[in-house]
Amino acid sequence: MRLISQLAQWFDARLQLASAIRDTAEHPVPRQTASWFYVFGSGALVIFMMQVVTGILLAFVYVPSAGEAWNSLQTLNHSVTLGWYIRALHGWGSNFMVAVVLIHMVQVFLFGAYKFPRELTWIVGVFLLLMTLGMAFSGQVLRFDQDAFWGIGIGASISSRVPVLGPWMVHLLLGGPIIAGATLSRFFALHVFAIPVLLLGLVGLHLLMVLKLGINEWPMPGRIVRKASYEHEYHELLKKDGVPFVPSAVWKDIFFAGFLLLLLALVAAYYGPFGPSGRPDPTIIQTAPRPDYFFLWLYALLSLLPPQMETPALLIGPVVAIAFLLLLPFLAGEGEKSWRRRPVAVLGIALVGVILGTFTSLAGHAPWSPVMDAWSGDPVPKQFLKNQTALERQGALVFQLKQCHNCHSLGEIGGKRGPALDSVAVVQTRDQLIRQVIQGGGNMPAYGKNLSPAETTALVAFLETLHPPGQSPAHDASRALANQPADTSPASPR
Amino acid sequence: MTLPENMTRRALLVKLGIVFNACVAALLAIPILRYLLSSAVAGRKSSYRNWLSLGSIEQFPEGQTRFATFTNPDVQPWDGKTAQSACWVRRIDAERLQVFAINCAHLGCPVRWFPQSGLFLCPCHGGAYYEDGSRASGPPERGLFEYPYKIENGTLLIQAGELPTPGSPAASLTAAGKEFPCG
Repeated sequence: MRLISQLAQWFDARLQLASAIRDTAEHPVPRQTASWFYVFGSGALVIFMMQVVTGILLAFVYVPSAGEAWNSLQTLNHSVTLGWYIRALHGWGSNFMVAVVLIHMVQVFLFGAYKFPRELTWIVGVFLLLMTLGMAFSGQVLRFDQDAFWGIGIGASISSRVPVLGPWMVHLLLGGPIIAGATLSRFFALHVFAIPVLLLGLVGLHLLMVLKLGINEWPMPGRIVRKASYEHEYHELLKKDGVPFVPSAVWKDIFFAGFLLLLLALVAAYYGPFGPSGRPDPTIIQTAPRPDYFFLWLYALLSLLPPQMETPALLIGPVVAIAFLLLLPFLAGEGEKSWRRRPVAVLGIALVGVILGTFTSLAGHAPWSPVMDAWSGDPVPKQFLKNQTALERQGALVFQLKQCHNCHSLGEIGGKRGPALDSVAVVQTRDQLIRQVIQGGGNMPAYGKNLSPAETTALVAFLETLHPPGQSPAHDASRALANQPADTSPASPR
Repeated sequence: MTLPENMTRRALLVKLGIVFNACVAALLAIPILRYLLSSAVAGRKSSYRNWLSLGSIEQFPEGQTRFATFTNPDVQPWDGKTAQSACWVRRIDAERLQVFAINCAHLGCPVRWFPQSGLFLCPCHGGAYYEDGSRASGPPERGLFEYPYKIENGTLLIQAGELPTPGSPAASLTAAGKEFPCG
């Protein structure tokens, strides 16, 4: 024991850090902030450190070359001892990182911690969020599989829409005119050097400000932040009801860190690494690229926005969102901190949560994408073929062969791009069906050029049988009247 | 009174030193920025105008649309498979063709040709195009991108040096995608 303490003294005589560390560790924090609500910032830091470690471990094997990256991931997955597990830890770690950073941000927002004098801490935090997302996207590119390859294409297509600078930005992003070796090399440099260095620096700054300004006190309804008096009040609070950070508050951070890491270890072990999906070969087009989890909402948004709104939304939306986040502490730098007295803030968070959640869950089954192989893979369910005439069955064949099934479902089978056709005959008359098939419209392509009159007749005859039992198909009453002299029985309900 | 003067002298030297460093930094910034931005500001290389072979014209029967691949004009040994690109060739008749980029005009995913329904379908966000490349439905605002082509000595050649994106010069080269007349 004596030896250890002598060694410690020897080092501290030269480093002179012990007292600074002791002061930092024992700095007083308001008693109520020793709370489970205050653990997410340190949680994000712990996951970040984990990402640094697993990232370095992956770099021992990974080859940042367009020709070899995918192979080196296969080697990691299948040949290197536990390479798959390190990949899983890093991949799931990125999901954890995004999630914990977002939770931290929501907590900080709802507890009013961005208000005076912590405006800059919040602003640095906004940049940390952007960099976290930048790491997530560039990391997905380094996986350099099919999803990554076409994902960069999507990034390039979005940036190309910027007025004037667009084409220039595409070349800057890709490192050349096409997605190739240069693209992967620059994303490697961003993911492994540029962004992490900035992240480390800003994390340091963020932490320094938390220490210098003190952790945000527990917000009490009615305790108003005023620039003139806040700092005095905060120090009074510390004097009256402060506890040393170590050990009074830190034990919760420590347990949360352990819990997070254990959860990450278990999730990574259970679910394994992400991909890689198919080889990044631009000539293999049998693929349906999907982004990683945290960008799924964007994928849904890009599918569902009306075409004419898309470019403005893509170019203006992020600018407005980031500007709002950066300006927030200046727009609401004083006033009430407690979420109990800030209904707009709570509703805003709820709204953003519902929007992101809805889009993410929609992207899970992507109803806007045609099911590319439904026409050859998913048969028309039997119940739609019972008691049918030869013409109607021929129509069912046309339905299948012309790939209507890729976008329209029958009995829950098939694409969801267009409406389900289980009871289409109830809502459209024969003439309307013919018009819709031939001319398209309402987001459906026109099939006039591609269907012979016989095929159209058969297809529409089949579609007319699609109505629930006991419910008659739609018919045009005026048509029946006009036809009466020639045919006394109007379009008979089936 | 000598001390403040002395300090002023030192302070001036510090300022001069900072200005000196700023000048050197500005000087160094020129090569660094030119290196960093070279891929964007180098301008359109003449290789974009190279004619790339899609192989014999015999592979593309009249009245059909076929898949074809080509090697990009600027490749590095480490590009691997990404040195290749793909396109769709529609042979209208003996002389007239259309060569469509594989990239959807929406956000660049690879479109697939379905001869049965006569449509190009995109697997990502659900864009659809008619056989002549014009927009049929979905999020794209325009038709498929077309590459300029020519036939020389029985070989089909195209100009395709650049990833076509909605805002790229390559996209404006072509006139594909008038809206389908009815609808």
